Amino acid sequence: MSDPAIVTFIKALVLVLVLLGGFAYMTLIERRLLGRFQHRLGPNRVGPFGLLQPIADAIKAIFKEDIVVTAADKVVYVAAPAISITFALVAFGAIPAGPAKSLFGYNPWVMNLDIGLLYVLAMTSVGVYGIFLGGWASNSKYSLLGSLRSSAQIISYELGMGLAVLSVIMIGGTLNLQKLVELNVWSISPWLWPGLAIAFVAMLISGTAEINRVPFDLPEAEQELVAGYQTEYSSIKWALYQMAEYVNMFTSAALISTLFLGGWRAPGFFNAIIPGMASWPIIWLVAKMALFIFFFIWLKATLMRLRYDQLMRFGWLYLFEIGLFAALLTGAVIAFVL
Amino acid sequence: MSVKDLGRAATVVREEQHGEFETKHMRINVGPQHPSTHGVLRLVVDLDGERIVSLRPQIGYLHTGFEKTMENRTYQQGVTYSNRMDYVFGFGHDLAYVLSAEKLLEARVPERAQRLRVALVELNRIASHLLFVGTGLLDMGALTPFFYTMREREQILDLFEMVSGVRMNYGYFRVGGLSRDVPDEFVPAARKFLDGFPKMIHQYVTLFGKNDIFLQRTKGVGVLSKETALAHGLTGPSLRASGVSVDLRKTAPYSGYEDYDFDVPSYTEGDLLSRLRIRIDEMYESLKIVRQALDRLEPGPVKDPDRRISLPPRAELEDSMEAVIFHFKLATEGFHPPRGEAYVPTESARGELGYYIVSDGGSMPYRVKVRVPSLINLQSLEPMCVDGLFADMVMNIASIDPVLGDVDK
Repeated sequence: MSDPAIVTFIKALVLVLVLLGGFAYMTLIERRLLGRFQHRLGPNRVGPFGLLQPIADAIKAIFKEDIVVTAADKVVYVAAPAISITFALVAFGAIPAGPAKSLFGYNPWVMNLDIGLLYVLAMTSVGVYGIFLGGWASNSKYSLLGSLRSSAQIISYELGMGLAVLSVIMIGGTLNLQKLVELNVWSISPWLWPGLAIAFVAMLISGTAEINRVPFDLPEAEQELVAGYQTEYSSIKWALYQMAEYVNMFTSAALISTLFLGGWRAPGFFNAIIPGMASWPIIWLVAKMALFIFFFIWLKATLMRLRYDQLMRFGWLYLFEIGLFAALLTGAVIAFVL
Repeated sequence: MSVKDLGRAATVVREEQHGEFETKHMRINVGPQHPSTHGVLRLVVDLDGERIVSLRPQIGYLHTGFEKTMENRTYQQGVTYSNRMDYVFGFGHDLAYVLSAEKLLEARVPERAQRLRVALVELNRIASHLLFVGTGLLDMGALTPFFYTMREREQILDLFEMVSGVRMNYGYFRVGGLSRDVPDEFVPAARKFLDGFPKMIHQYVTLFGKNDIFLQRTKGVGVLSKETALAHGLTGPSLRASGVSVDLRKTAPYSGYEDYDFDVPSYTEGDLLSRLRIRIDEMYESLKIVRQALDRLEPGPVKDPDRRISLPPRAELEDSMEAVIFHFKLATEGFHPPRGEAYVPTESARGELGYYIVSDGGSMPYRVKVRVPSLINLQSLEPMCVDGLFADMVMNIASIDPVLGDVDK
């Protein structure tokens, strides 16, 4: 069933390259889209349609002076962005991108874990160490405030997220992401739909909070904290934080699509319109991810930032309860109706 | 909080005992280089977690010595400096300066110049409030409204460019009138803007006005009571948001404001939301005033015909010896207002603005002292922010709309 080690290694490498390339072009897409939202053009000078802009940005980031703050805790200061990007990248490995043996005869995933869902959640939360340690090691007050906010935020929203996925786990009876996709939680019974729908909303909100995007972008609230935990970082270390943020965005989008929108599965009616469409699992996963990524960018263009206390109140008083309600509803349906 | 307490809170970082832990407040320097201070404002803030314990504004990073410079220039040259203080509301500063100088001189400003001045100042008020709304929301983390408000501000700046040749630091008003008449295309272009603009304001209001996050962040935040506001000398829209409906255009009309029909919006809450709403309401009122000013605009001179104040027309220099003499006197040393002093308070986009000018009978002012609204409004920042959250501080700064050139002079 599983692939040879060398194939897994190559797949992991390709995945990392795809994610980093995706990050580069994600910045371009985001800036172009924001431009459209904001009545301006966005970057369109470097190459056709600005397509070479990410490369120019990368060169610029690399050649900027790499400042290490004198008062910083050097080892932690250097390690923190690496922690962030590493755990952001490994988290994506458990996301399946198609049925078994569908990728040139190999499995379209890096690892198929029975605790896949738990693994993704765990890895994304380890990423907060990168933010926290970076803010702490910078020895700057702005960074410290930013990193403290971030830790508090991620801990609070992890809970909501945990409760939101609980419904899916209860229905599927497994933590294996591949099996959850194959099972298709929506197809089991219409009685489960309300619970799932509520869980989906809770997941979408906590997913946005997990990746520190508007309206939950407090850790790097530019207007008050300069750049939050990134304040003292420059050059490639800063770029690593940016990468981690965008890769987390991909993971979040992929996780939500996998759990709630059937991941790599195509909607059934597409086969009726264009035969064969449903057999492109990777395309479908990417399309669903793109939907959520567009949603995140749309939020950024529309909303403003919550205040710290409002964010915490929302997390604990509303999101937690919404997630709990969805779990209870689903549990009740499973226990009494099915 | 008395002045004495204020000083103590600012100098001593208070230490508190929580069980066996000794906690200290964190002192953080915001600015002068900081993305949200609207210029080079420096704030020394003591934080208890995210709560502000004390706040002390430090100013002077943009001190340019405008007042002293103006004392060494002729009256007419003063216009070059006035609009550089508040670069966002340049026409308003020019107007305040020329009004005081004209009061000293007892100059008679022609009707057409008065109307045009009012129209330009009100357009400038709209531009200033647009910047306020855009940057204020930017401080809240909303990126998009800023671009929309800038789009409209751009149209106003185009109008200013049409009349004065520049988009900033206009220097278009003169003691005794205007430097020259507006071009023919100005009035139709201004009317076009006036017709399209209300729809644009409506766009921003729908973009954020009913947004729950926006309301949560602004309603009941940074509240300044009527008493505190008055005690700290707050003026302008921010004061009217605290329930004191004072507008110098109504209470002490100048430049013929008494002839215009407009309302003075005011709110009683004194919070961030009302300080923002009042600016939006004022934009509508300014629109009314501009429209009336343009309607009443009649052809005529735009300068005081008195040869001792305004330069003679170029054509007269060809065949009139007198004109040459006046021209020479004005160009070399300017005019000599009689000994005395003058202060004309005006309603700037930020509050009461006035130039106090003392004349010793010479061709340059003996003393110029500007009552700038931004500096005095900054006093209210402390009562607004203390015991609030750090995140609200940046919005409080934005809500009193300081322009640092105006603060530091």
